[in-house]
Amino acid sequence: MTHDFMSPHLQSLRQLRESLDTKQVSAVELAEYFLARAEMHADLNAFLHIDRDLTLLQARAADAQIASGNISVLTGIPIAHKDIFVTQHWRTTAGSKMLENYISPFDATVVEKLKTAGMVCLGKLNCDEFAMGSSNENSAFGAVKNPWDQSRIPGGSSGGSAATVAAGLSPAATGTDTGGSLRQPAAMCGITAIKPTYGTVSRYGMVAFASSLDQGGPMAKSAADCALLLDAMIGFDAKDSTSLATHEKYKTPIAAALLTAFASTSRAGTGVGKPLAGVRIGVPWEFFGDGLSPDVAQAVAAALAEFEKLGAVRVEISLPRTSLAIPAYYVIAPAEASSNLSRFDGVRYGHRAAEYKDLADMIAKSRAEGFGAEVKRRILVGAYVLSHGYYDAYYLQAQKVRRLISQDFQEAFKKCDFIMGPVAPTSAWKFGEKSNDPVAMYLEDIFTLGVSLAGLPGMSVPCGFGQNGLPIGLQVIGNYFEEARMLAAAHQYQLATDWHLRSPEAFK
Amino acid sequence: MPLISDDIHRLAKLARIDITPAETARTLTELNNIFSMVETLQAVDTAGLEPLCHPIATIHEMQLRLRPDVVTETDHRAANMANAPQQENGLFLVPKVLE
Repeated sequence: MTHDFMSPHLQSLRQLRESLDTKQVSAVELAEYFLARAEMHADLNAFLHIDRDLTLLQARAADAQIASGNISVLTGIPIAHKDIFVTQHWRTTAGSKMLENYISPFDATVVEKLKTAGMVCLGKLNCDEFAMGSSNENSAFGAVKNPWDQSRIPGGSSGGSAATVAAGLSPAATGTDTGGSLRQPAAMCGITAIKPTYGTVSRYGMVAFASSLDQGGPMAKSAADCALLLDAMIGFDAKDSTSLATHEKYKTPIAAALLTAFASTSRAGTGVGKPLAGVRIGVPWEFFGDGLSPDVAQAVAAALAEFEKLGAVRVEISLPRTSLAIPAYYVIAPAEASSNLSRFDGVRYGHRAAEYKDLADMIAKSRAEGFGAEVKRRILVGAYVLSHGYYDAYYLQAQKVRRLISQDFQEAFKKCDFIMGPVAPTSAWKFGEKSNDPVAMYLEDIFTLGVSLAGLPGMSVPCGFGQNGLPIGLQVIGNYFEEARMLAAAHQYQLATDWHLRSPEAFK
Repeated sequence: MPLISDDIHRLAKLARIDITPAETARTLTELNNIFSMVETLQAVDTAGLEPLCHPIATIHEMQLRLRPDVVTETDHRAANMANAPQQENGLFLVPKVLE
């Protein structure tokens, strides 16, 4: 590492690329630097498994690639994976005692793609058990702490990923989103994340929670970084039964669109500094009701005003079934979870109880011991809504309401290009504040669930700080396959603001 | 109609999860709270609507892909068995099922 190369943890992926290309730093040095930071801040509890030798092996391979000149834009840059993505060499626990010592025989497609792009894996990141939770308190290995205030939750379920990026323990991380698990922790930790359109990032090798909702995505400091990562993650995968054929809109790199997406709208006469001229931003009044914390409302309003300064036009819209997304989601997701998690029986892998009478008893005891309280709760809810006599009334009805919610978004997109509002009603809360009341915790997901049910792309963009200096996230929702334009709009906002560049004091 | 303790036992049995009496009582309260929140779905008029299974079906019809019925996997037996709690001669061991 040359002397004038400073603070890699504050650099963008493009800056790291340049430093690697100009030999100011090697991939091995970068990996060692971030591993040392992860170790120094082990009290955050963000990492579940680090294996220095494995990481350095990948870093040396990246350095060899760099030396040969045969590189991608991400070669040699470190990343850490949410422990929902299976990895062939690092343990994959999904935050559950059930998989405490599980080593996957294969890599998830996302892991493989990022490895192929030359990224160096730093290890595996803590999360709510099987990605079920909004606070990270459901991890069997203890909750991750929020780097902005360690007495508070980092959000969930991708809390380890969000905290890792916020604390500069890795320049990038993967996460997954079933009902808000990329966006909400990104908001709580002040970083940028995008959940792409359902079906664009492969689910192969993601420990399944609710298959019609689960979607992987990148978490990083900025929209520009997320664009580079998303380019490497996206693409059709024959191994994922709901993977979509690669859409026209992804044929040009998303990172390239960052610079060109709004070129045609900033035509002569619209004035300098109005890159988003003519872009219509839909603001649903349902996202600004009673439950919204005043500091969040204020930060989001200021962000919308900034977008208007950049030339965007504000359009009032309605998403009339916003509150119905909660019951619909909390029927559909548990139903799919109860089905997906039936594979954990203590026979082929995972926890097996030490004592039992017979096969049925072995399975029931292994599941009782291996699963945590929230996972069991959702399996039981799922078993109920799928059981004879209740399937039509609950599960099918929820899937029909899901269609209505999704149609509402399509109606809204007739009037606007993006929808914007808060990611969550409040900033990060204290540990234990909501953990005794599952329903209170579910209600926190009100603004993210509809997007998940509709399979739309959704982002969280840092937009300020509220009470107690805690970060707040702006949600940017696009229509299907609009990731490039969403990231480009967010990029324009980030060129004009510096919220995404702020770091918590203890991690500068 | 609220659930009763027997329902929790039935669900636990369906889900193959052992449940203690203390857990039963707590789970009963929690599930009833969840279902009273979920109850609002019943009031929505969904007559004539098809359930939405794949979200992209909102904008165009989706069909699950089929692949040719050919072997695509090679033998990974050793790797796949490496996580087994108990095994012998390449077989998963479970308690005796037939006497």
